[in-house]
Amino acid sequence: MIEAPDISWGALAPLLLVFGAACAGILVEAFVPRALRHPVQVGLALVGTLGALAATVLLAGTREVTAVGALAVDGPALFLQATIAGLGALSVLLFAERALDPARSAFVVSAAVPAGSPRDRELATVPQVQTEVYPLATFAIGGMMLFVASNDLLVMFVALEVLSLPLYLISGLARRRRLLSQEAAVKYFLLGAFASAFFLYGLALVYGAAGSVRLSEVREAVGTDGGGALLVLGLALLVVGLLFKASVAPFHTWTPDVYQGAPTAVTAFMAACTKVAAFGAILRLLYVAFGTAEWTWRPLVYAAAIVSMVVGAVLGLTQTDLKRMLAYSSVAHAGFLLTGVIGLGAAGTGSGLPATMFYLLAYGITTLGAFAVLTLVRDGDGEASHLSQWAGLGARSPVTAAVMTLFLLALAGIPLTAGFTGKFAVFRAAIEQGAWPLTVVALLASAVAAFFYLRVVVLMYFSEPVADGPTVGVPGVPTTLVLAVTATATVALGVLPGAVLDLAERAAIFVG
Amino acid sequence: MSDFPWLLAMIAVPAVGAAVVAALPRERALLAKQVALGVGLVVLLLAVLTTLAFDAGGPRFQLTTSVPWIPDFGSDFALGVDGIALVMVLLVGVLVPLVVAASWHEADAGPRPVRVFFAWLLLLEAMMVGVFVATDVLLFYVFFEAMLVPMYFLIGSFGGPRRQYAAVKFFVYSLVGGLVMLASVIGLYVVSAAVLGEGTFAFDTLTRIDIDPDVQRLLFLGFFIAFAIKAPLVPFHTWLPDSGAEAPVGGAVLLVGVLDKVGTFGFIRYCLPLFPDASRFYAPFVLVLAVVGILYAALLAMGQSDMKRLVSYTSISHFGFIALGIFAFTIEAGTGAVLYMVNHGLATGLLFLVVGMLIARGGSRRIADYGGVAAKAPLLAGAFLVAGLASLALPGTGSFVSEFLVLIGSFPERPVFTVLATLGIILAALYVLLMYQRTMHGPARGVLLQEDPAEPLPEGGGATATATLTTPRRTLRVADLGRRELTVVAPLVALILVLGVYPQPLIDLIEPAVVATLDDMGASGGTDR
Repeated sequence: MIEAPDISWGALAPLLLVFGAACAGILVEAFVPRALRHPVQVGLALVGTLGALAATVLLAGTREVTAVGALAVDGPALFLQATIAGLGALSVLLFAERALDPARSAFVVSAAVPAGSPRDRELATVPQVQTEVYPLATFAIGGMMLFVASNDLLVMFVALEVLSLPLYLISGLARRRRLLSQEAAVKYFLLGAFASAFFLYGLALVYGAAGSVRLSEVREAVGTDGGGALLVLGLALLVVGLLFKASVAPFHTWTPDVYQGAPTAVTAFMAACTKVAAFGAILRLLYVAFGTAEWTWRPLVYAAAIVSMVVGAVLGLTQTDLKRMLAYSSVAHAGFLLTGVIGLGAAGTGSGLPATMFYLLAYGITTLGAFAVLTLVRDGDGEASHLSQWAGLGARSPVTAAVMTLFLLALAGIPLTAGFTGKFAVFRAAIEQGAWPLTVVALLASAVAAFFYLRVVVLMYFSEPVADGPTVGVPGVPTTLVLAVTATATVALGVLPGAVLDLAERAAIFVG
Repeated sequence: MSDFPWLLAMIAVPAVGAAVVAALPRERALLAKQVALGVGLVVLLLAVLTTLAFDAGGPRFQLTTSVPWIPDFGSDFALGVDGIALVMVLLVGVLVPLVVAASWHEADAGPRPVRVFFAWLLLLEAMMVGVFVATDVLLFYVFFEAMLVPMYFLIGSFGGPRRQYAAVKFFVYSLVGGLVMLASVIGLYVVSAAVLGEGTFAFDTLTRIDIDPDVQRLLFLGFFIAFAIKAPLVPFHTWLPDSGAEAPVGGAVLLVGVLDKVGTFGFIRYCLPLFPDASRFYAPFVLVLAVVGILYAALLAMGQSDMKRLVSYTSISHFGFIALGIFAFTIEAGTGAVLYMVNHGLATGLLFLVVGMLIARGGSRRIADYGGVAAKAPLLAGAFLVAGLASLALPGTGSFVSEFLVLIGSFPERPVFTVLATLGIILAALYVLLMYQRTMHGPARGVLLQEDPAEPLPEGGGATATATLTTPRRTLRVADLGRRELTVVAPLVALILVLGVYPQPLIDLIEPAVVATLDDMGASGGTDR
């Protein structure tokens, strides 16, 4: 007789809520009348994500391994799940915005109609709203939350695919500039599949060497000597797959194109949530499975951090499109995050884990807010993301410009914003582990990156407005809510970060 | 009375005031100015009351408050003043209302709302007070960096023609300095964690721990570079002439009068007591920079054709004196240096304000565009002369006392540097008096010359009337200082003269703090190794 595995359903409540909402969303798509679909879908996605957020709060303090050891419900998992659920709920609100685009939605009516065909032109102005994006995004959120809790390489791989496939799809759903959007989707899919293959091959090698895919058993095989060439090679391949998702240079080449082509709300979602999920998995893999033999990954991460910070900061300087600029900013921030990953001390101590977790939260909020502002500034052909179009925005639309300035200053790491607290935390963690040179590079990269954030501020405030500049749309309730929450959190995490830092500190213990 | 959180109030009042001013409707520009002036005066009152509550003979840090701020970083929201910080806060309190009054019409003509200018000004005041009264190194760093933002917007939004370039240059220079310092700030924390078992940013605790001299040298450099950029010392100075010239006059007064003092304040508050061995190790090097700065910037000042740039260069030269006084490590020189920080703020503040008033009349910053102004505007010329003489440290002005203290204090320890620095005084007389002479005296010339209105044509006298029209007479038309301008200038002139003859009250405040600083150096650093 086969016994049912022992599963702690309560501990899995956040995951179950999100996946439940996603499955229900598919049924809604099939059975609910068209007129009702949009409010029902938005409501369902919000219930799923916010419910998951509430569930993680209730579960705080749980530390257990469940589902036959496949899932770990511990501090870091819950903290990151809450982050993903919260940022996911904000992203859903951005998707739900209907006041900005004259056609009532940023998403295409029928993704299957060839771009530029007569039928497509006909549909372009139809105020019809397609709602498939909500269940897809909810699935992606569920995948991300599974990703950060997976205690097993195979589950990690499944989660990776669950989060990636919907993302590939929704990247291609832009209503305007559809070819660019579809190109982004295909590029993301092809390169993403390539990265998944790396991950899978690494998984196979690790399994071959360790005889198990469970992280705790891998750790026993690794020991302190690394456990042999096969295992180390497997680790390298796994890390490459994860670094791709985290858009760490030199595995970042998809980032600018996808960020630019995808609908801005989707870009916001990817930039914020995917980063959190990918780093959650990196932290778990490196700390839990390979934490006892950190020499196996430290040089790799060290080098990737430097490359990522330098590439992100320097190439960010040359960009003329805001979405691409924020993409390179994302690459640079991935480097800063890796600086925090380096801050793992002996026997799992050290402030690297809480610092990285806090940085993820701060970065997610700030970057989501910045992209939300981007959705407001529009010209006749959708969003006006070219830098030159933002000239003089401060005079025409002071509030929008002020909010954007706040986010840019936070991304640049100016004190009294969330960005500074995060940077301080990760740099401290790195210096505590003696990574002086890395920190110095990080500081220099921060200075270079600050220059391109500042350039936008200069344009908005100190340049004269262009003649036929873009208009700044009046956002509806959802986007206003997103901007209010992200801006408040950005300031709060800069001025009084004590409580959240403390929470991250207390949550920062892995099980397994 | 001493239970009242004076220091917190001096940060909170202008910060709240800034929010109020920013929230006013656009058309209430006058109200915005009045609120800004009111807030400035309240802070001045608070600063004076704080001084009265301060006991010069008491413990070093007084009026302290401390609440946990970021426990995970070991950082407290800790405020407190010693004599040095107190006189700097007083300087802020005096300058801000005067700057508000002097900038009354600064933003009227521009495209940007008037209230924004005053809101940034008040926010800047809150940050400036914060930077001087913080006794937690991380809190100091936060104010130090956050201070950039209001100044950046003041220069960039309300500055001169090249404001974009100047604002970005200012920000990037300061930010790079700040980031280098951040590395040292974190390093200091890590060192304290290694020594004490738990990291801290409390200034008092940090001065008491022994740091390995090699580590000190590294950490010192981080702080020193940030402060040297801020102060600025040659060769980190190139941003100041641009920022000083392009900033609106009020911004320039605070930039040179107070913001740059944060650099020299940082030397004496942080570099010396925290890294005594490193300070001694690097002292000759710093003194070389200081003396080179005194002479080089003075020479450059003489070569300037733009008045605001000239004043900026004179400041760089004077900062050399302050650095000389601080790194001579004697009580007289240190006291003189801090006193100089105050007097220089007043003297250069006045000089910038008067130059700004002249520029407001003529619309040009070039010296060559003015001449013979004194004949028509004696009060303006008089204020210009007082400011100039204070700047070249004539006896009877406050600057003389402080410069003299620096020189006699430094001579026994560093005779060569002191003698070289003395040459700077001669150069100072040259650049100040040349500018004064060219603009105020001599034949009337330049942009203020205006054609006389043509005399009414006599009826029927066609031929002679045409002859007079071809050679119009031009006379200098310039208004003397108005009531508002006199109100701005008079208190500064009075303070400069009073501190010139009776500086003792300030010295009484400053000296114990300087003694304590030098004690810290001796106590934790031991003798020269």
